[in-house]
Amino acid sequence: MAENVRPRVKAPRQASAGEAVTIKTLISHPMESGQRKDSDGNTIPRSIIHRFTCEFNGEIVVDVAMEPAISTNPYFEFEAVVPEAGDFKFTWYDDDGSVYEDTQSVALA
Amino acid sequence: MKKTTAITALLGAGAMTTGAVLAEPVEDNLVVNGQIEMTTWTERSDVVEGKLPEIISGWHFRGTETRAMQSDDFDNPGMIFVEDAQESWFTPVGDAGKSCASCHDDVAESMKGVRAVYPKWNEDAQEVRTLEMQVNACRTENMEAEPLDYTSTEMTSMVALISSVSRGMPVDVATDGPVSETWEAGKELYYTRTGQLELSCANCHEDNYGRMIRADHLSQGQINGFPVYRLKNTKLNSVHARFKGCVRDTRAETFAPGSPEFVALELYVASRGNGLSVEGPSVRN
Repeated sequence: MAENVRPRVKAPRQASAGEAVTIKTLISHPMESGQRKDSDGNTIPRSIIHRFTCEFNGEIVVDVAMEPAISTNPYFEFEAVVPEAGDFKFTWYDDDGSVYEDTQSVALA
Repeated sequence: MKKTTAITALLGAGAMTTGAVLAEPVEDNLVVNGQIEMTTWTERSDVVEGKLPEIISGWHFRGTETRAMQSDDFDNPGMIFVEDAQESWFTPVGDAGKSCASCHDDVAESMKGVRAVYPKWNEDAQEVRTLEMQVNACRTENMEAEPLDYTSTEMTSMVALISSVSRGMPVDVATDGPVSETWEAGKELYYTRTGQLELSCANCHEDNYGRMIRADHLSQGQINGFPVYRLKNTKLNSVHARFKGCVRDTRAETFAPGSPEFVALELYVASRGNGLSVEGPSVRN
């Protein structure tokens, strides 16, 4: 069970219609690969975020399958076209079943 | 900049004779969040008179991507720890039922400028205190809580939070008055060779900064950027943990974090960076 998991998002609050905006996301997570062993030689079980999605007004912007080789605190930066005012919804899916969410509204300038 | 010309001149001769590897600090400006303008390369202070021509933050010795990470709080992984500490700031601990905020209120107001002057003389305790020591004094005396381990993540995160609100302010630790004895002791340590490799701090960080030691780019060993988020261990590193690592690398038995020796060394090394901006939490590799 991952502790201290906190999603963070940086997206503009305003954009003009049709503008491509830069979105940055980061989630604090240990991303335990399942390949490491503890001091007694036992395998430390895998515990990662395995999927990340971003939706805009219900439409998928990115849908990422994440694998164990991704480092601690996964960070994504991507561009999204904003056709209208609305909400970006970000979702992270943890191996342990937890789902972390964040929303960010964008108004038309 | 004077040093640049001197090194360029040397490079011609050096490359011919010894093939010495020189890698210059990069000329660049650090502005954090497009707001905080940092002094990262400046005139020497009296402390390093005759020792260093200029004082340069470790930021200039790191790669382009690493430097860029520090210029935006969102990209700076050290800020994750600052946010954790922000939560601890408001969490009551100990038998007195107090949190940091009970006495100090808003950290951005009450702690502004604090990082810049530590380590500092404490009149009541009659000792030089580092920020970590002060945090633990608050915990044990005022909050009636257990002290934190000197280099624990919780402690280093708290120091990073306190440091973050002073970013951009010049480091200005006192070297005279009641601290002079400790400062001299720190200076003594700085120039004392240790370990099987018989290296002092000065051998690398004063005589050879800008050069490569195997794959590492030697900086001046300034500590204005501490606590430091290191990409190699993906966590915040405190000054004393770094000292310990350095002394260990000389193949010596090291002093313990929080020991009087390291407190003295921290005071002296901090004073060598007087005039640089407080950068903590910075990003290094």
